[in-house]
Amino acid sequence: MNDPTWLDGVLRSARPTALAALLRYFRDLDLAEEAFQEACLRALRTWPQNGPPREPASWLIFVGRNAALDDVRRRAKQTVLPDEPQISDLDDAEDRLADRLDGEQYRDDILRLLFICCHPELPATQQIALALRIVCGLSVKEIALAFLVSEAAMEQRITRAKARVGAGEVPFETPSAAERTERLEAVATMIYLLFNEGYSARREDAERRAELADEAIRLGRLLLHLFPADPEVMGLLALMLLQRARMAARFDEAGNVVLLEDQDRSLWHAGQIAEGLALIDKAVRHRRPGPYQVQAAIAALHARASTAQDTDWAEIDLLYANLERLRPSPVVTLNRAVAVNKLRGAEAALAMIEPLEPKLSAYFYFHGVRGALLQQLGRTSEARESFGRAIALANSPAEAAHIRQHLDRLQAAPQNS
Amino acid sequence: MLYAILCYNDEKAVAAWSKPYHDQVMQQLTVVQDKLARQGRLGPVARLLPTTAATTLRKGRENMVIDGPFAETKEQLLGFFIVDFASLDAALAFAKELADANPGTGSYEVRPVAELQEHRLAQERKPAA
Repeated sequence: MNDPTWLDGVLRSARPTALAALLRYFRDLDLAEEAFQEACLRALRTWPQNGPPREPASWLIFVGRNAALDDVRRRAKQTVLPDEPQISDLDDAEDRLADRLDGEQYRDDILRLLFICCHPELPATQQIALALRIVCGLSVKEIALAFLVSEAAMEQRITRAKARVGAGEVPFETPSAAERTERLEAVATMIYLLFNEGYSARREDAERRAELADEAIRLGRLLLHLFPADPEVMGLLALMLLQRARMAARFDEAGNVVLLEDQDRSLWHAGQIAEGLALIDKAVRHRRPGPYQVQAAIAALHARASTAQDTDWAEIDLLYANLERLRPSPVVTLNRAVAVNKLRGAEAALAMIEPLEPKLSAYFYFHGVRGALLQQLGRTSEARESFGRAIALANSPAEAAHIRQHLDRLQAAPQNS
Repeated sequence: MLYAILCYNDEKAVAAWSKPYHDQVMQQLTVVQDKLARQGRLGPVARLLPTTAATTLRKGRENMVIDGPFAETKEQLLGFFIVDFASLDAALAFAKELADANPGTGSYEVRPVAELQEHRLAQERKPAA
């Protein structure tokens, strides 16, 4: 008990529940955050000696609510109250609160808290920053570091975003089933954006950014706790876990990108893969496929292959065909072409992606894939041109370096190999 | 006497641990566990995936499959140790060592084992660390 580090985890995990309940109570985000903050300070003072309460979230709600009410009253100068409210005799009230925390309302409270961050007028990056600040409880400094901007800039961004969502109205009534589904979808999208913010990192800041991916996974688990039988939420969490599992293998020592088929699979995280595969198994039983489930199923096939040669490309091709139907997009077709190349050769894959050129001409990955296919077909000069365009569009030095390796190999190879 | 030491904690709080703290706790637990293993008193040890990965079959006239754990509880079963001790006091002393290595919230249930069957899995399993 002497080392109170364990307390961080308890406070962090209780935060969404407690803050969501306080928000319903006060209907004001700033007041709810202040109340939660005050409750945390009191927890830090009393828990290390007394041990944690049976229901940390209920304790924080109760103490936070009372503290904020006292504060409001004190400011209003209506009554003089004792400095330290008597919080030792909370058990009864806590228990009653705990009963309600297990119910429907608590689920809608947390969903509302998440949904507030997904305000449609906010650009995606601000939605993510807001969720990290409000729901995950990261400090502005931590968020600024992850986004590689100054603390002052991030502070301003979050303040503005908060003002905006404060003005918007997210009703506090129990949402209808349709509203609930709509909120759930918006929240899932935001969580996956957050994950990608952490996943699509360059090597230099991969470690710091990985924390964003981990926060996204925590939010995914939270969402699945709220909607334990929703197969798309299972799919979303599985997808994030299976991708996260490969993170340690994505760059080599020199910081170069390592493609999936060249990755050292012993570096993949077995625990995350096990959890991801378990969730996909659960989701499939519902027979209600959706985009997250299909993408997770594709990631699962990669995870199940012990070597790149063992990859079930035929199944991956089928899954991409499914995804094209569920969520048509040229990028999905481009990804499918990679599977088609393995199955039916570069000619077929190239035929599949050529029509995508008008839509994807500004997309790094398109020219990279096209170059590689042309290279396989021995169309060297066209391949060189594609790789050149890819380098020009690269988002990071590592991406550019990766394409340059292909170019070097082209240079070294005889002209019509 | 064989005991199962059942480890309960709030899985959300455990998942919210920082990486350094997580590694520190795991390392401390390994020390406690290794000491017991050297004495030949440690049997199977399991760490379970979160309850979000669980599925429950509820028996009845018609069996029902439910997503999630068998019950929503404040603390979840996160894993267990099978240990061999001469007395309950000794088993509780071991649980106390675990608690010191992993302080804060949670409980260790010391449950005497009625019967332990040891079977071998046909396939060597890679542990999910």
